[in-house]
Amino acid sequence: MLTIATGNKAVAAAVKAVKPGVIAAYPITPQTEIVEQIADYVTEGDLASRYIPVESEHSAMAACIGASAGGVRTFTATSSHGLLYMHEMVHWAAGARLPIVMANVNRALGPGWNTWAEHTDAFSQRDTGWLQVFVGTVQEAYDATLMAFKIAENERVLLPVMVNLDGFALSHIMQSLETVEIGDFLPPYRLPHAIDTENPCVYGPMTGPADYFRFRWDIERSMRDARGVIADVEREFAERFGRSNGPTEDYRCEDADVVVVAMGTLGKEAEVAVDRLRGEGVKAGSMRLRWFRPFPDLDLAGREVVVIDRDYSFGFGGVVAHSIRSKTGIEPYSVIAGLGGQEVTYDDIADFVRNRHPGEETWFGVSDHV
Amino acid sequence: MPGNRIAKLSLQSMTNINERSVNNLSAIPKEEYLYKCTSACAGCSSSLCLRYVLKAAGPDSVLVVPACCTSVIQGMYPGTAMNVPVYNIAFAAAAACASGMSEAFASLGRETNVIVYAGDGGTVDIGIQALSGAFERGTNFLYICYDNEAYGNTGMQRSGSTPLGARTTTTPGGKPTAKKDLDRIVEAHNPPYMATACSAYPLDLYKKVKKALSIEGAKFIHILAPCPPGWRYPTEKTVEMGKLAVKTAQWILYEREFGKLAISGPSKAAMKKPAPLEDYIKGQGRFKNLSPEIFDAMRQQVEHNIQRLSREEAGVC
Repeated sequence: MLTIATGNKAVAAAVKAVKPGVIAAYPITPQTEIVEQIADYVTEGDLASRYIPVESEHSAMAACIGASAGGVRTFTATSSHGLLYMHEMVHWAAGARLPIVMANVNRALGPGWNTWAEHTDAFSQRDTGWLQVFVGTVQEAYDATLMAFKIAENERVLLPVMVNLDGFALSHIMQSLETVEIGDFLPPYRLPHAIDTENPCVYGPMTGPADYFRFRWDIERSMRDARGVIADVEREFAERFGRSNGPTEDYRCEDADVVVVAMGTLGKEAEVAVDRLRGEGVKAGSMRLRWFRPFPDLDLAGREVVVIDRDYSFGFGGVVAHSIRSKTGIEPYSVIAGLGGQEVTYDDIADFVRNRHPGEETWFGVSDHV
Repeated sequence: MPGNRIAKLSLQSMTNINERSVNNLSAIPKEEYLYKCTSACAGCSSSLCLRYVLKAAGPDSVLVVPACCTSVIQGMYPGTAMNVPVYNIAFAAAAACASGMSEAFASLGRETNVIVYAGDGGTVDIGIQALSGAFERGTNFLYICYDNEAYGNTGMQRSGSTPLGARTTTTPGGKPTAKKDLDRIVEAHNPPYMATACSAYPLDLYKKVKKALSIEGAKFIHILAPCPPGWRYPTEKTVEMGKLAVKTAQWILYEREFGKLAISGPSKAAMKKPAPLEDYIKGQGRFKNLSPEIFDAMRQQVEHNIQRLSREEAGVC
């Protein structure tokens, strides 16, 4: 069905379609619309999930862990400080190999209080063992949420998935949305290690170095397998519903001399900048990095690269720029832009390309070429 | 019909027999869900309690365990001393994890008991937010706090549940403040059932767990669990120490069902004529060199608790 929706409403619509057994959530700006919409679905009888209005995000993830292990599909949504408050349980969910799906509406961290878009919140959870996907449109927020459950619940993966969408810049922006009848796209929830009182097992007891180390390797092995599973799920989604995105969304990259790498809504903005630059005769392309964990293989050989980071690792550099550098060996022009919701237009992005200085870093509007 | 009446009578007398029969330990099921050879310290009373909790709960039960002595007692992967599923979870998260599990079972139509078995630190300190949330939401579960009045697992640091004057590794001069009154905090959530228990009275504990699990909603049992290495008394005195806590009315056994308080048998006599508090204090190294002022304050607290609970049971405000 074709409709219009915000990014938040699109996520909620996808959750309604997958019918989780349990949803546990705590409100935080700009995620609130997701949990409000789901509460409406449950109250109106449009969704038969058990909704737990927990008293904190730490408890939201703990409740999802208990429910997921108990044998049902689970979902939660958070943002920024909420994500950081649940950090301990974010690690726990992955270590316990539970296919929980969480929407994270990317937002800056205090102080001072700032509710606008930034990716530092998600990147602070980078090493938890969660798969992370970043979306750029309302449609993609819907599609990625549907696919997240199928990817997470695949027995070769059995890891949680975080669907990231930019605060306000996508969460509260209305775009067209094509919803689907998912049919049997998502099989019934089946967790091989679900709690079974007829086969009592102990979960997460004290574990010595040799076994613990093996379990860690098992997470990485699944993370590596997840690349293939993501591709398979995207392929099936495309066959059934006619849409797919891939680990990156490449725009006019085939013959490009310079490629802009960005994430989320800035990655979509970069496509407009590319059209402008092409009009000036600059052979530019853009590569919107969608999957951040597992990190995809990137084909950037022989190109100049401009990376836009809506994040920063203090004392080191932009997280995406560093990832590109270490994965491809290319020294990008690193632009730090959009922190705390700073406005970055396609004209600004075109300027980043025009004025690029490979190997250098710029804080857009604050400090040039440092 | 006479036949029906006879059937009814015999059913009733069977019920009476059953009720009578749990008044002695031999009526407690022989099945074990906590095996021998746990990693518990010698004289550990909390593992003794767990044994009876699980006998009362039976095999269709899941134990949710935050970081506490029971994390250690259950044994090390891949071995286990447990014969029910145990879900280990982070320190602050037990009540919330149990909330999710309880809702998952409800959505699957399963009637499996969800029981949190948590220490005092994981309950009165770091876990109290999750505990409060779960009780406010009316989660269908049983939360059991076994209270050895300090962080035992990490080597006896003080918790909010450590009593006034007790020496721990972080209160080497004795704790300057009183024990947090967990039961009044839980009571403020108006749970359908809450009770206190003590490891030295396993039959009382068994019956309270049975009753708690027969009621829908958020139930709570607070067990005093003496700890030989933490309280510094000889291991063979662990039952005696629990009995002294009750006989001196330092610890009062009761249950509160839908708000109605009933003092449990062993505490009725103790509240009328408590044994001297010295009997409880003198055998414990943690209360060594207690000042007369602190001792007086402890005695006043005992007296205050007796008065408060007596008035409540009598319906006097």
